[in-house]
Amino acid sequence: MNNKSPIPNPHPFMANSALISYQEMMKVAEVSDIEELFEQIPQDHRFVGKWKFEDQIASEASLHKHLTEILSKNKSGQDFTNYLGAGCWQHYVPAICDEMVQRTEFSTPVWGTPSSDHGRNQVWFEFCSQLGELVSMDFVGLPLYSYGAAAGHAIRMAARINGRKRVLIAGSVDPERLKVIKTYCGYSELDGYIEIEMVAIDEKTGGIDLADLKAKIKDDVTAFYCESPNYFGILESSAKSIAEITSGVGAEFIIGVDPITLGVVIAPGDFGADIVVGTTQSLGVHMNAGGGVGGFIATRDEERYAREYPTLQVSLTETIVPGEMAFGLTLFEQSSYGSREHGKDWTGNSVYLWTVANATYMSLLGPSGFKDIGEAILQRSHYAAKKIGEIPGVKVKWSGGFFKEFIVDFNATKKSVAQINKALLAKKIFGGKDLSEEFTQYGQSALYCVTEIHTQVDIDALVEALKEVTR
Amino acid sequence: MIKSKIRKYHAPVWDEPLVMDLSVKGRRGSLAPITEAEISKSVGDASGLLNSALKRVNPPLLPEISEFEAQRHYLHLSQQTLGMMGISLFGTCTMKYNPRVNERIVGQHFVTEMHPYQSPETMQGIFEIIYRFDTMLRELSGLDKFIFQAGGGADAAYIQATITRAYHADRGELAQRNEIITTAQAHPCNPATAAAAGFKIITLPLEADGYPSLEALKAALSNRTAALMVNNPDDIGIYNPNIRQWVDLVHAAGGLCFYDHANFNGVMTRIRAADLGFDACMYMLHKTFGGQKGGGGPAVGAYGCNEKLIKYLPGPRVEKAEDGSFYLESEGKQSVGRVREFLGNVPVVIRAYSWTRAMGIEGLRDAANISVLANNYMEKRLLAIPGVTKGLSELTQRRLEMTRYSLGELTAETGVSCIDIQNRMTDFGVDAYWLSHEPWFIPEPFTPEAGELWSIEDIDYWIDVLETVCNEARSNPELVKTSPHNQVVHRQGGTNLNDPSKWATTYRAYKRKYGVENK
Repeated sequence: MNNKSPIPNPHPFMANSALISYQEMMKVAEVSDIEELFEQIPQDHRFVGKWKFEDQIASEASLHKHLTEILSKNKSGQDFTNYLGAGCWQHYVPAICDEMVQRTEFSTPVWGTPSSDHGRNQVWFEFCSQLGELVSMDFVGLPLYSYGAAAGHAIRMAARINGRKRVLIAGSVDPERLKVIKTYCGYSELDGYIEIEMVAIDEKTGGIDLADLKAKIKDDVTAFYCESPNYFGILESSAKSIAEITSGVGAEFIIGVDPITLGVVIAPGDFGADIVVGTTQSLGVHMNAGGGVGGFIATRDEERYAREYPTLQVSLTETIVPGEMAFGLTLFEQSSYGSREHGKDWTGNSVYLWTVANATYMSLLGPSGFKDIGEAILQRSHYAAKKIGEIPGVKVKWSGGFFKEFIVDFNATKKSVAQINKALLAKKIFGGKDLSEEFTQYGQSALYCVTEIHTQVDIDALVEALKEVTR
Repeated sequence: MIKSKIRKYHAPVWDEPLVMDLSVKGRRGSLAPITEAEISKSVGDASGLLNSALKRVNPPLLPEISEFEAQRHYLHLSQQTLGMMGISLFGTCTMKYNPRVNERIVGQHFVTEMHPYQSPETMQGIFEIIYRFDTMLRELSGLDKFIFQAGGGADAAYIQATITRAYHADRGELAQRNEIITTAQAHPCNPATAAAAGFKIITLPLEADGYPSLEALKAALSNRTAALMVNNPDDIGIYNPNIRQWVDLVHAAGGLCFYDHANFNGVMTRIRAADLGFDACMYMLHKTFGGQKGGGGPAVGAYGCNEKLIKYLPGPRVEKAEDGSFYLESEGKQSVGRVREFLGNVPVVIRAYSWTRAMGIEGLRDAANISVLANNYMEKRLLAIPGVTKGLSELTQRRLEMTRYSLGELTAETGVSCIDIQNRMTDFGVDAYWLSHEPWFIPEPFTPEAGELWSIEDIDYWIDVLETVCNEARSNPELVKTSPHNQVVHRQGGTNLNDPSKWATTYRAYKRKYGVENK
């Protein structure tokens, strides 16, 4: 392309690339040469070289073929049976969830007015309301970038609430999320730094080592953060005791949850958690190579918390016509849009479209659906763990107390997880997440994830394959 | 002068109840797969697999509805969302066509059912697109590496703040270099993310030329300067011609320079961040590069930097091996770690790659030309409407892809505000215009952006609707002040939603505060 492009080529994405429209605009705008419009940009700011760029593919048919050819090089969790979880989980996504997120009305807009955005705002409110029911909390913000981002912001909320600068974090949190949290906690040289101290894992159960928590928690601790299920899949059975310990020193108890557990597992609002964070991906959003992640923050409806949210919030209210339902933003002024650097952290684009899938998913499942799916996952994952644990040389590290993920210990097989996973791949299986670098103390161990998508046939095939490749 | 025939419009009104209120006990919308008998026999009931202290006793008060009822409910809500169904010239957001072919592509299992921890040989298609798009953005910016982890433009600004920390910490100067300089016209995410990362913020005010002076910048620079975060052009459509000197001065003071390229659309193929000396920049894939907006994400702030900053980038990065295959490079010791889990919103990157290939470099040039031309076309017509004035009208050079206008004169004359006009325009199927970020420099502001998508007929119609409403403001101000009248619902009432006894972000809170009984 030369850098002077006097007239455009007609292109399907640009109505005014038609010559007659282009020339009409030139006429009305009183422009004879398009370059006149760029008079503000000094000549020596402009690129004058030759472009090295991939060729244009303006035909949709050709573009479709090109993209399909590249992406067909992938092997997906539909081609293969997938046992990877670790912060991104393969659940079944109902067709209606896909239909809704692909609706052009939902997928393409940005902001309208409260009246013209009414439908979308109602979805947002229904997302917050249904999530509030699952976690048993009355105040829920609009979504955040991810579970890790939600945890990071929640810890910073706690520090603003009680002014303390030290956070305790369970050693069993997801290491990928922990990296995000560390970023959010800052650097000691700068303002707002929050010092992180890790709390030990109880090696007997995979949960929190309560004695270590008690030893480390003091009245300078802003919050304790743990996850349930934690990275190893273990549900935190001492949550009530933790709530007593944290409130005893005036610290906030922040807990991360996976809402898909909450049809069968006690809601965090019912055991004394102060700030609840978690994923939204498991509620009707595909894994999308990690691009399906999303997060939330929920608390009791108290000003102490509400006035520290970094997110936007939508509230149910009325229009000027009594009884007509409306939705409006609440506490907008404390957001970065309202107050720039004086706002509560920052907000911006998030994962708002996924709330459409999340709201649809929660309404489809209802109370019975969440109970059923929770039970189905518990049974299937425990069946898989039991059968895998019967393979000679293979152990399940914590054979009880988990939800959908569990650690498989391959140390006695004398084979590395990398070797095992490579051999499984040849059998069209994605083996569990290799923990040998993240948790060196567990040696050659892998984190397996079993959900409602895995049938007995799948699991039995995995067990046979593992028997063969560990022999 | 109104050119078009103003068409009849009324938004769909379903008076759709909250989904929670559709509930009828016992209805089901989704059933889990039946657990095989052998599994149940082997492990027993699920209740035996949960510690009794962990069992949920009170079921969540979720709706009980059939599958069709859920589908129809959310279809109704989609119809009650105007957005791009009409004309939306929402400035700063660069409303574009989001090609449907991309939805067909990213809706398939080779995208949806991919796990980020799969072995690289099973992810070559995803990696190839990420890498090739990285290469295209490098060419467009002159920078040396792009990553897509940031979940939006603000998150990319946050990456810059974290890299600024790592860079100065590496030199042992972070405790001293704790100031980030920005301008009053920079997007709020720049100062907000920098402050969240621990920096003090210096905001340079606008001066007579429409941007801060070199003298103001010089006065702000010192050995405390960590970085400059700035956009150019700004969203008034003004380009700071001194930007090269700015960058040189900040570099001489020891700071980094970050180019917030949110307003890239008008300068695509003319300006490259690296050529102006910037160390890093950010592009919005959900704005400039054809990704969908989703009503606020999933989005991607593509963050690019020069060679000297690559080692600080969050990991992992997609790289190309000598044999032509693609792999993930883990972050090194100097990396900032993560700002968000995994590789970023991969479907958005695929859409952006697709859009950019469909455009080609010649299409990008045409799109920049058309969007700046369309803005200047709009200006001629808008300024012919009595009551509409141009922000900073003393600056007569041609604006780029956006211009900020003021309705201040009309408001003074009629009492009708820019928000009233915005509401009334939705009665014609024209969704909200953008006003202005805080703080407002221009009274009763509005900021349309035509971009390359909207036809001249759409642009004319938009202007004609505005003129119609301005006429109404004079002939029947109450009609405008009480608008909308043809929308899904009326304007929000007088309830103060910042009052803790009134706000309700969940239905359970609403029921408690307003005395509504559970069904």
